[in-house]
Amino acid sequence: MTAVIETHGLTRTFEVGDISVHALRGINLIIEPGDLVAIMGSSGSGKSTLMNLIGCLDTPTSGEYVLDGERVESLSKNQRAMIRNRKIGFVFQGFNLLSRTTALENVELPLFYDRQNHVRNHRQAAVEALNRVGLADRLEHTPNQLSGGQQQRVAIARALVNRPAILLADEPTGNLDSRTSIEIMSVFQELNTEGVTVILVTHEQDVANYAKRIVGLRDGRIVRDIAVTNRHDAARDLAALPQSEELDS
Amino acid sequence: MISITRLLRASSRSILRNRMRSLLTSLGIIIGVGAVIVMVAIGEGSQAQIEANITSLGTNLLLVIPGSSNTGGVRQGSGSFNRFTFDDVEALQREATLVDGVSPVVRSGGQIIGGAGNWSTSVYGVSPEYFKIRSWEVSSGDFFTDKDVIARRKVALLGKTVADQLFPNQDPVGQNIRIRNIPFTVIGVLKAKGQTGMGQDQDDVILAPSTSVLYRLKGDRHIDMINASAVSSTQVDSATAEMRTILRKSHKLTEGQDDDFTVRSQAEIMQAATETTKTMTLLLGSIAAVSLLVGGIGIMNIMLVSVTERTREIGIRLSVGARESDVLIQFLTEAVVLSVSGGIIGITLSAAVVAGLNKWTTLQPIITPETVVVSFLFSAIVGIFFGFYPARKAAALDPIDALRHE
Repeated sequence: MTAVIETHGLTRTFEVGDISVHALRGINLIIEPGDLVAIMGSSGSGKSTLMNLIGCLDTPTSGEYVLDGERVESLSKNQRAMIRNRKIGFVFQGFNLLSRTTALENVELPLFYDRQNHVRNHRQAAVEALNRVGLADRLEHTPNQLSGGQQQRVAIARALVNRPAILLADEPTGNLDSRTSIEIMSVFQELNTEGVTVILVTHEQDVANYAKRIVGLRDGRIVRDIAVTNRHDAARDLAALPQSEELDS
Repeated sequence: MISITRLLRASSRSILRNRMRSLLTSLGIIIGVGAVIVMVAIGEGSQAQIEANITSLGTNLLLVIPGSSNTGGVRQGSGSFNRFTFDDVEALQREATLVDGVSPVVRSGGQIIGGAGNWSTSVYGVSPEYFKIRSWEVSSGDFFTDKDVIARRKVALLGKTVADQLFPNQDPVGQNIRIRNIPFTVIGVLKAKGQTGMGQDQDDVILAPSTSVLYRLKGDRHIDMINASAVSSTQVDSATAEMRTILRKSHKLTEGQDDDFTVRSQAEIMQAATETTKTMTLLLGSIAAVSLLVGGIGIMNIMLVSVTERTREIGIRLSVGARESDVLIQFLTEAVVLSVSGGIIGITLSAAVVAGLNKWTTLQPIITPETVVVSFLFSAIVGIFFGFYPARKAAALDPIDALRHE
């Protein structure tokens, strides 16, 4: 099976005034399709930079990056925009939904920028994606009418709607309480069992324990890369928790 | 390419999200476009009025008036030295090829008695060609003929005002009037022409055969003026030159001698008048255009605020695959939608204002399709011009920074 992500000696250096800041110092990372990887590291370890590079929001200073069979390290801005549109689904810590815009319209957004128009019926695709994250009954709600967990689910649906090669989640549970965090992780696990490759960036061990594999970063280098042995099942953890206090579900 | 309908829908949505702000932003364009159209309409209206007035004096009209006299170095005003006779008129009739009709004008006037009372007015002695030259028509009766002129018959045509004054509720045709105690028979009434641009009543006049007025009323030798009409409006200048040559010959003027007459064309007068109103229209229009410019700056201002406010939205759009050009087009579209809808509202509003002015004032503004099209296009151009800088700013944002923006 060919890897969905393959990087060789990826570095990223920022010039701040006269000083060069080496955020990444040679990352070699291979991620197979269907994996659920947690990238861990404290702040300043370079995990956000790696995330931006994997997500094609940024280009490496040197090194190779193959995403889904395509060399992407030296693509132009427009080409990167297309890669983001076709191959990557982003989920952010702060949800990053368009305010005063319904869940459905938020999910439709990536389809709007698909120049080849792979999906004919935007609405139908968006409804399906919202269905997969269990929000079929919240189509016309705007973000401020939704709970944090629901907002993050909308964001996941938006990331899924273009059927990307990878789902890239940056601290997806950072703004959520522990119960909702587990809920979101169960969504990721469920999608992963359906075959979606998920990469999450987190600094919480609890969250990383739901992944299949943990990649640890420190000072711009990979310091550990391990398979998770006692992997948690988010659905089971959720059932074990005391009765739901959520009012809106 | 992103479909235009989706783009328009997306930008109208974000405009409608801030209704009040969008309305206030467009207000500059609304007022600007409205002002331009109303101002230009008023200008065009007065121009049309003046043109209509001048046309009612007769199309392609050429006036030959006596020149000025020069006695011992003291120059008198124009008309002070009169040498026109019927010979001049005949010479013109005989030789001029670019002139359609020539008529002498003998001016007289005085107290007219007839019918119900009396009235003081001008009496013009003319030839039958005068009616065509000056575009006169009769509302009843008929014009006099060349025979009447030769026979110096005492017949007269009354202007509408004179007819109303002397014969309020009856047909004056066939009635007798006395002009300075000399009896004339009314053979027709002229159709009303209204006032001239200077506010002179053109219908307060009596027309009679030139010979009758000259010999029976005035007892003079010289005629006051010659009216002629050029064969077409494009031939006015050459007709003027031709008449000048003929008259110089007729007056036996040698080379180097000044003309003792002046040929003036209505076109010159018309040109001067329309020139004035055109300048006025331009002035009014440009003042209004300044407000359109100010409206454009308002749009730029709000778009810049909007870009800052929506930095994170831009980041989101970039992260899901929007290109820089997509963001640029989106913000540009918003600016253009704002300015164009302002333009449309402005056009509608100005139509209402113009209708109101037409109804309640003596101004008669005219909205021409050109003004509407031009101001509409102008509002779109304002949107593009003032929307471009903010849109560029939005498109140049770095997705990573934009996503982190609070």
